[in-house]
Amino acid sequence: MDLSLNDEQQLLADSVARFFAKTYTVERRRALVASELGYARENWKQFAELGWLGIGIPEDLGGIGGGPVETMIVMEGIGRHLVAEPYLASAVIGGALLSRGGNGAADLLVDLAAGNLTLALAHGEPKSRFDLAHVETRAAREGNGFKLTGHKAVVQHAPSADRLIVSARTSGNVATADGITLFLLPAKTPGMTLAPYRTVDGLRAADVKLDGVVVGADQVLGPVDGGHALVESAVEKAIVALSAEAVGAMEALLALTKEYLKTRKQFGVPIGSFQVLQHRLVDMFMALELARSTAETASRALSDPDPRYRARAAAAAKVQAGRAGRLVAQEAVQLHGGMGMTDELAVGHYFKRLMAIDVCFGNADWHQRRFADLA
Amino acid sequence: MRMKLDAAHSRFRDEVRQFLDTGVPLDLRDKCEAGKRPSKDDHVRWQRVLYEKGWMAPGWPVEHGGTGWTPLQRVIFDTELGATPAPPVIAFGVTMVAPVIIAFGSDAQKKKYLPRILKSEDWWCQGYSESEAGSDLASLKTRAMADGDHYIVNGSKTWTTYAQYADMMFFLVRTGGDGKKQDGISFLLMDMHQPGVTVHPIITMDGGDEINSVFFDNVRVPKANLIGEEGKGWTYAKYLLAHERTNIARVGLSTRLLAKLKRIAAEEQMKGRPLLDDPAFRARIAAVEIDLLALESAVVRAVSGDKTGKPPGPESSMLKIKGSLIQQDLTELLTEAVGAYALPYQPEWFEPGWNGEPVGPDYALGLASTYINWRKVSIYGGSNEIQRNIIAKQILGF
Repeated sequence: MDLSLNDEQQLLADSVARFFAKTYTVERRRALVASELGYARENWKQFAELGWLGIGIPEDLGGIGGGPVETMIVMEGIGRHLVAEPYLASAVIGGALLSRGGNGAADLLVDLAAGNLTLALAHGEPKSRFDLAHVETRAAREGNGFKLTGHKAVVQHAPSADRLIVSARTSGNVATADGITLFLLPAKTPGMTLAPYRTVDGLRAADVKLDGVVVGADQVLGPVDGGHALVESAVEKAIVALSAEAVGAMEALLALTKEYLKTRKQFGVPIGSFQVLQHRLVDMFMALELARSTAETASRALSDPDPRYRARAAAAAKVQAGRAGRLVAQEAVQLHGGMGMTDELAVGHYFKRLMAIDVCFGNADWHQRRFADLA
Repeated sequence: MRMKLDAAHSRFRDEVRQFLDTGVPLDLRDKCEAGKRPSKDDHVRWQRVLYEKGWMAPGWPVEHGGTGWTPLQRVIFDTELGATPAPPVIAFGVTMVAPVIIAFGSDAQKKKYLPRILKSEDWWCQGYSESEAGSDLASLKTRAMADGDHYIVNGSKTWTTYAQYADMMFFLVRTGGDGKKQDGISFLLMDMHQPGVTVHPIITMDGGDEINSVFFDNVRVPKANLIGEEGKGWTYAKYLLAHERTNIARVGLSTRLLAKLKRIAAEEQMKGRPLLDDPAFRARIAAVEIDLLALESAVVRAVSGDKTGKPPGPESSMLKIKGSLIQQDLTELLTEAVGAYALPYQPEWFEPGWNGEPVGPDYALGLASTYINWRKVSIYGGSNEIQRNIIAKQILGF
């Protein structure tokens, strides 16, 4: 058993490192998240040219094949540089949903891989917490199509998405897995309104209100009443991808903090010469390495035929990412002292992204509970 | 769960509570209940209510406007005050510089500054840290050169909270010193409204602007503003820092946060039931509540037998460490309690007069910002690492 990257994966890792080192400084990121779009279209085009948007998409649809390990490699780079482009929302989650969306979705995969389509999943609701089966939004039959009414909460990257993938209940009760259907809605759909805002990590999201939105049967993605399985599988990939992003962010924080301890002088010496602070850095390092190992195991597990092994490995990775991310982020700020509290330093920006990663698609407590329930 | 007191002290606590329940102007109570940031005027308005009641400076000697309460009564008052939804009393004047003026200041200084502090006529700020002198405060470089009956001050200070509001600053400067670095330090008072003083905001990672850098370019400070003796500033600074640390346990504030956490967890749903019913979340709340009871017990125990109000010793470092960790645990749990609605960042909601409709439940607003902002409480006033050094040296004898 060899867990090292193969040659092609190593090439991908090198290209990810090269590209972000060139395009993503703290200052550029600051300008990007302050811009109207919140990221750079030009970067998105580059992602497409480098093939990153086609990971997991078959070559005959314009993709480059590959799978979860390749996604992990890109997501680590995204974490390391606090990348603002909607890679998770579009390529990872959107891609996963379109791949299982039936024949009609094939054209859209071509657009996605080419960088001509961005997506956002509108699934969570004000009262769902992290429960993927909890959908109150209704899709009532209307002629040959449906009429959607409901409220979707904190839909990440919704303000810039070309299309939203909206879940709604076509049958069943509020918290049953059966009876959820997915719909593909263009950004400007009559009756659908977005309340856009920034999230704590500087990225964009929106609450989405659906007020009797009329959709045709051709806008259904995947089987009617069978949307839950699609969402569950996409979110499984998403939490593993987020765990890899957290690893990248923690790696950056560890490097920044180590550098600070070596250069910041108090009492006439670098503060890193104090053993008590060295040990704190060692604890951060260990948390990072264990989170990295779990994220790798979970990435490989995503290709495993056993659904329970997949689900538990993914949950474990998210728990590790959440807890380790919190420890590393809090300690990085603490060890930077007052400087760590400033907006000027990158430390605080990583802190906020790691905080958001923990919340996305279920925090450490939530996935720990799932891990136990899945035993 | 709160600590029970004996009959006399529980009567005292009831009396304090009764006033605080009705004494806070309603608009201020609403603002603070909602977690909004009070304005300068809000702080001053509330402090004047306390002044009218005679409770602005309970710890001062009676002749200067204190209450004559025992140390335990003062702790009870501080706790109840902290638990009240009201703008926090700004400590820089009343509990930081004033005890130093009282202990080491001249009669003229007492006469000039104490009544103005009592009536919140001057807003004070603290000039201690410098960019190269944080944990190693004694290595500070801001210099005051004697020039007739004035000092000429050059240098800068950083992390100065609310310098933008301040009328006065107390600060540490170097007046001499080839010897030990603690020796050449003096403690000065300065008028902030004068040529050569520049205040630059430092934006914190939560987007706030309450801290600042302050620059001094040939600022003239009368020698009459020197506290005590030239070169003895370090002694006065240490005296002040010990005062800051007892304040920093903030049992009352944590009590209020805990109650808020339980309210929100009862409101939030998980799998169709209140989050408060979830065994894992309950256990985490209980763990903090037990820690808080331990802290409250330690605070009360530290002062219970003391009739004289002896200055707090190095054990206050323990209260600072534990107090800060509890506050941080609580803000973390509050943020977790609201799930995805921790994420929307809506700073405009903090602005006075904003009438827009916020996203998510009202109680979720500002929780993430508070969590982020409160990482500072284990850093300011001497970081928790420095507090551990103090305990190791002064209590454990290493």
